[in-house]
Amino acid sequence: MSGIHVATTINGDAVEYVCDPRETLLDVLRNRLGLTGAKEGCGTGDCGACSVTLDGRLVCACLVLGAEAQGREVTTVEGLSIDGALHPLQTQFIAHAALQCGICTPGFLVAAKALLDRNPDPNEQEIRYALAGNLCRCTGYDKIVRAVSAAAKDVRKKQR
Amino acid sequence: MAHDTKFTNQEFKIVGTRPLRPDGVDKVTGRAKYGADAFAPGQLVGVVLRSPHAHAKIKKIDTSKAEKLKGVKAVITSADLPDLTKGDRGMLDTLENCMARGRALYDGHAVAAVAAIDAETARKALKLIKVDYEILPHVTDVDEAMKPGAPIVQPHVRTTGVEPKPTKASNVSQVTEFGHGDVEAGFARADVVIERSYKTEQTHQGYIEPHACLASVGPDGQGELWVTTQGHFTFRTVCATLLGMDIAKLKVTSSEIGGGFGGKTHVWVEPLALALSRKANRPVKLVMTRDEVFRATGPTCSTSIDVKIGATKDGRITAAKATLRYQDGAFPSIWGMLGAMTSWACYDLENVKSIGYDVLVNRPKVAAYRAPSAPMAAFAVESTMDLVAAEIGMDPVDFRIKNAAKEGTRASYGPTYGPIGIGPTLQAAKNHPHMKAPLKKNQGRGMACGFWFNFGGQTCTDLNIGTDGTVSLTVGTVDVGGARASLSLIAAEELGIPYERVKCTIGDTASLGHNDTTEGSRGTFSSGMATIFAARNAIEVLKERAAKTWDIDVADVEWRNGSAVALRAEHGNLNELTLAELAAASPRTGGPIAGHNEVVADGAGVSFATHICDIEVDPETGKTQVIRYTVIQDAGKAIHPDYVEGQFQGAAAQGIGWALNEEYVYGADGRLQNAGFLDYRIPVCSDLPFIDTQILEIPNPNHPYGVRGVGETSIVPPLAAIANAVSNAAGVRMTHIPMSPPRILKAIKTAQRERTAG
Amino acid sequence: MRYEAPTTTKEAAGLLAKAKGSAFLLAGGTDLLVRLKSGLVEPDLLVDVKRIPSMQTMTRTSAGFRIGAAVPCAVLGENAALKKAWPGVVEAANLIGSDQIQSRCTIAGNLCNASPAADSVPAMVAAGAKAIVVGPKGRRTVAVEEVVTGPGKTSLKKGEIIEAITLPKPAPKSGDAYLRFIPRTEMDIAVVSAGVNLTLGPKGVIKRARVVLGAVGPTVLLVAAAAKAIVGTRLDDAALEKLASACEAACRPIDDKRGTIEFRTEVAGVLARRAARIAYQRAGGK
Repeated sequence: MSGIHVATTINGDAVEYVCDPRETLLDVLRNRLGLTGAKEGCGTGDCGACSVTLDGRLVCACLVLGAEAQGREVTTVEGLSIDGALHPLQTQFIAHAALQCGICTPGFLVAAKALLDRNPDPNEQEIRYALAGNLCRCTGYDKIVRAVSAAAKDVRKKQR
Repeated sequence: MAHDTKFTNQEFKIVGTRPLRPDGVDKVTGRAKYGADAFAPGQLVGVVLRSPHAHAKIKKIDTSKAEKLKGVKAVITSADLPDLTKGDRGMLDTLENCMARGRALYDGHAVAAVAAIDAETARKALKLIKVDYEILPHVTDVDEAMKPGAPIVQPHVRTTGVEPKPTKASNVSQVTEFGHGDVEAGFARADVVIERSYKTEQTHQGYIEPHACLASVGPDGQGELWVTTQGHFTFRTVCATLLGMDIAKLKVTSSEIGGGFGGKTHVWVEPLALALSRKANRPVKLVMTRDEVFRATGPTCSTSIDVKIGATKDGRITAAKATLRYQDGAFPSIWGMLGAMTSWACYDLENVKSIGYDVLVNRPKVAAYRAPSAPMAAFAVESTMDLVAAEIGMDPVDFRIKNAAKEGTRASYGPTYGPIGIGPTLQAAKNHPHMKAPLKKNQGRGMACGFWFNFGGQTCTDLNIGTDGTVSLTVGTVDVGGARASLSLIAAEELGIPYERVKCTIGDTASLGHNDTTEGSRGTFSSGMATIFAARNAIEVLKERAAKTWDIDVADVEWRNGSAVALRAEHGNLNELTLAELAAASPRTGGPIAGHNEVVADGAGVSFATHICDIEVDPETGKTQVIRYTVIQDAGKAIHPDYVEGQFQGAAAQGIGWALNEEYVYGADGRLQNAGFLDYRIPVCSDLPFIDTQILEIPNPNHPYGVRGVGETSIVPPLAAIANAVSNAAGVRMTHIPMSPPRILKAIKTAQRERTAG
Repeated sequence: MRYEAPTTTKEAAGLLAKAKGSAFLLAGGTDLLVRLKSGLVEPDLLVDVKRIPSMQTMTRTSAGFRIGAAVPCAVLGENAALKKAWPGVVEAANLIGSDQIQSRCTIAGNLCNASPAADSVPAMVAAGAKAIVVGPKGRRTVAVEEVVTGPGKTSLKKGEIIEAITLPKPAPKSGDAYLRFIPRTEMDIAVVSAGVNLTLGPKGVIKRARVVLGAVGPTVLLVAAAAKAIVGTRLDDAALEKLASACEAACRPIDDKRGTIEFRTEVAGVLARRAARIAYQRAGGK
């Protein structure tokens, strides 16, 4: 086994690790770096529970190799709140009861943030299609979509 | 102490409001720890070798090469799991399901397991295990399994519930019958008799979090298990029994649970992880892959059901009969019986009969899936109800109202109902704006009713008051959907303090007496009841402390709005003592103040629902779209309405997936072909509209607040509601679930051909 | 397993050519990593092409578009000029999976993975796309329909990699469209699909057409008879009927967990009709 040395940025912090070539970014985040917010729901890119962003783009960490993070920027759910203050998405998810068991929540938050970053005023259909890659089995998505709408409003207000 | 369980129609101050849940911040920041989020120093990775055959004799397992591989610390087979069940067949079945004992009974059945220093080594070790299989004929279809000459799954099984008692092995493990009256006489005097057969395919609970645990057993026979589970006390009992450990010496901590819906009420890999840890003398973390979750945990039954309903032309049902065949997987269980019990529960029937068959096939051992067995029976019954209503020219809602069960009805499964919600949900549906919304081309509307028993069960809670007056509430029912918020509301309501002053935690098995699993919609109901009684016990102590402080008779102390109040004019000079003040003084007045309660929470209230949905069917492709969906369900008393709505919506969404796209696809070789989320198709966000909810509150007289379980009932109506909508949209009666586009298109084309031919 | 991230196409091709044992290209990885983790493939070497500048860029020339093989499909969807010229190709590319998959998957990868149900392929074939192949013997250009030879099989030789996909500049009064059938609204592999590319002559009469079906055979089917059925027409109902029949006749689908032969055949005709209508409108027909 030959380990690959990777120097990357995670949630704004410089991070280095050594990983096996076969390890995914999800494996690295959870098992080597203690960032267990991203979850493995399927390992095949079908559930979105492992969603992170890579150089600003939403990806499934289970389908990215740890080695590929070299020189890139990764953000996870742990990087969503700034200085301990919850992001409006996080606040609205709680306020709207948009989580029940909560296992899919980190993935949804990262995916919703990626949506709002490129579309600050999405309508219901745009939200639903942007989040189609994130499976939830508890909520039926109703309160999740409402929470994202509400958070979008909050974010737009803040930016004015 | 006798508890006053009578519902007293009270005005609530805090219960019924919508505060933020206490575990919310942890869950939105990624801090919450689920089954796979625990790590122990020196932990090993556990993996399981599984049978690729649906049915096979295991002639030999050679683990020698695997054991020699560098980095492998333990390899186990059934030889490492001796039968310690002392003749308890159910326990032995559990043991055998966790690991095959001489025969692989389904594709994915565990045959061996390995613990190694990393995942790659563990996987390599699996490849080095040589299993000598002799492939046997298999059967995976419930009707095929009942035919003479079908391969026998469990040679020791003799059908129970039939006379004379059979001597030969059968795949039918039991036949059960429910009902009353004379159905033949009833059919004879009916003006209209409709008889139909239906099939539903196997589905899985589909929780997003795979089973995962971290097991650590020491050389002194003591152990710890961190596990995602719906019932850590049950897991403790089962694991300790199977491994020959003392119950008190196995501490089981439930992690946050990433969905269960009944699928995490049983052990699957946990005994293996414990056995590996014991053999390796190191902690073992075992996480199932998604493929393993589908192949080797507990999906629900596939079924084959015949329904016959007779009615007079003015809409009164004269007789109703259902014959239900449910496959339980490879081990006997009660799912057919439950289907038979729930079939006619919504209706007031003079003559009714349900016969349930529990059938064995070479598939995984079925586990509960949210109102287990009820959705399939309801699909068959509620579809036929629509057919009868159409035949006599009556509105489907009115037809159901005319025959709805009510207080005093003798239920088809035996008991007599107290006050129930089926009539009110039907009336509410009739008056709901959804019913009047216009329909566009190719759209159809359907409705259906559903029922679930709900359960109570053994419960134990501890309520401890800190010296600053904040309250620690420890419960033993795993929180699957937000119950900690509801339980905190209840404690706050009873004590008369703000919600924010209560912190509810799920205690591990070392901290509380036995708590039954969170299933049967019992979490809020039973832990809520125990919380009420624990709080009332604490209030007795608080009153005593106040009496002591004031030096008056405790009979003169009342608890009001969070304070002790001295009654009677002569004590008028005594100021109130708040809970916080009494708590602060507690070190001097007698020590820590607490309340505790163990209860078998009887009197769980049955819950009924009526759903309405609009479906659009593309007549050229059979593709469906859910246009609008409304859930109307009786909650008894909604402690936290947001989370009650959440249960309604989530259950409905699962039912929608079940109705339209979810099914286990088995090949002719008996192997599961779609063991992943790509081809096991649960609804995605863009598949569903907003799901409207209406909470009715017909109080359960057996609960202090009137609470009924709510989590399960709303998975029951969707299969039929959608089938009825598809029928109205496309003019075809669907009798096979899921109503996937190929099935719908085939039905449409067949109907078209018959129309042009006829 | 070895992981390499070269910075030139030549280097990447050389690594593949010299590889002992099994070697795979890693672009988006959304197919490869799934196969790797399930044990279907056990690579000795992975060559990551995402650090090769010539593969990461998309350029527009007078001849059309050159899309580097490592350009993710999400980027295609953000290119206004490409969307305007080839809306069918872009919508096909953007149908591959969720937003998470879109950030990574590539049309070159989609092509070379050679699934009969690949979304981008029918549209690319209909559009007349070509692949620029770089290998030990230099560079060559090949029509994309000649790349896939069967399920999971391509005509690429050892050491050859696709550096870019090119699309021609669309002729005036052209329009293309891609439709697929999936049971849900997202996240499914196509059960059956159709890509249509039309060019109109005067008075809205179809001058040229390419009709391609996906997921109804081991490779996509370029159905000449379907094109013939609509060339010279204004896509009236009779022409559409003939188009649908020609498509149904050409289908060679299988029964599997995603669809039956009966279903795929029937719906192939339906989708071809609908895609033709959309392409016709986009071409300026009414």
